[in-house]
Amino acid sequence: MMVHFSREGFEKALNEGKLMMVDFWADWCGPCRMLGPVIEDLAEKYEGKVVVGKVNVDDEQELAIRYGVMSIPTVIFFKDGKEIDRKVGVMPADVFTKVLDANQ
Amino acid sequence: MDHDIIILGAGPAGFSAAVGARGRDKSVLVIGNRFQDSPLARAERVDNYLGLPGRTGLELLEEFHRHADQAGAEFVTGRAISLMAWEGFLVTVGSQVYRGEALILAPGVVRQAKYPGEMELLGRGVSYCATCDGMLYRGRPVAVVGRSPDAPHEANYLNSLGCQVVYVASQPPMGLDKKIPFVRANHLVVKGEEKVTALEADGAEIPCDGVFILRQAVAPTDLLPTLETENGVIRVDRNMATNVQGVFAAGDCTGGPLQVSKAVGEGHVAALSACEYLDQLANKN
Repeated sequence: MMVHFSREGFEKALNEGKLMMVDFWADWCGPCRMLGPVIEDLAEKYEGKVVVGKVNVDDEQELAIRYGVMSIPTVIFFKDGKEIDRKVGVMPADVFTKVLDANQ
Repeated sequence: MDHDIIILGAGPAGFSAAVGARGRDKSVLVIGNRFQDSPLARAERVDNYLGLPGRTGLELLEEFHRHADQAGAEFVTGRAISLMAWEGFLVTVGSQVYRGEALILAPGVVRQAKYPGEMELLGRGVSYCATCDGMLYRGRPVAVVGRSPDAPHEANYLNSLGCQVVYVASQPPMGLDKKIPFVRANHLVVKGEEKVTALEADGAEIPCDGVFILRQAVAPTDLLPTLETENGVIRVDRNMATNVQGVFAAGDCTGGPLQVSKAVGEGHVAALSACEYLDQLANKN
């Protein structure tokens, strides 16, 4: 299941330290909307193994600034509460699965 | 917004492909810049297009466009900024997403020398999409590199969001908001280590957090990195099929001669091949 993170929800999840994949996006961004179904699909495939979520940079500008998101979509991977990787721009699904599989 | 075939490029190859595919009753969406901005539109006289000698390039384009329009093709004016194979092909233009089952690339020759520092800092201050990333630079200094007719419009948009815009181009822009400073420069370098700190324009540094590089088109190989090229042009077979399943190419992007008749012929072949591909897909399902 995919989570739409608020700042509080995001921080709570981050503190749990699990492997996370977070898509920073906005609905006025075409490439973000294009990537949306890919992220949702991965959320299903990695159900129970990876916390997959989205952060709307319009609603959560502070998170976007904190993580230096300068272009969307940006997908950031976290483990043990720390950033371990990020992918900027539209990418095919296997780019994300490689990172997930290497860090399970 | 689904179509059977999405065609990237509104020139002779793209319009010809649109007419060909409509002839097989496929739904067609042509995505491209205004045809008035095509290089052919600047040709004063074309004398070797069969049966129609002595026309200007613009006259030919107007007729090709009218023909495609009357055949029932749909059109979107704009720059395709990203593309993804996902249940067919998804193409984004600004904030819109379009889906097609097959794709025909007919963008012409995309002159695309990258600036030093551009690739290294892509996504770390370098952006190709003002609509997407403008909001992330509110209240901050950005440089807009204007390489397309709609670039001043995009610069005005960034300015209206509250970005501190400097417009950099080799020619004075048309339609740029008078409040936006214009810097005339030819040699550009994107500077920065972890992220963009400045744009160097003919040796002078313009400090900025973001550089929006707005070209006429994003090169097909940047849209679709798995696309194979040969000597700088898209590799196709006699059916105008590329190495990517469901993707066809036609016109100047497949190489010379850069002639209208060649583009029109290839566009037609690409359309028929795309239609055949779609029919095979339909038979499988």
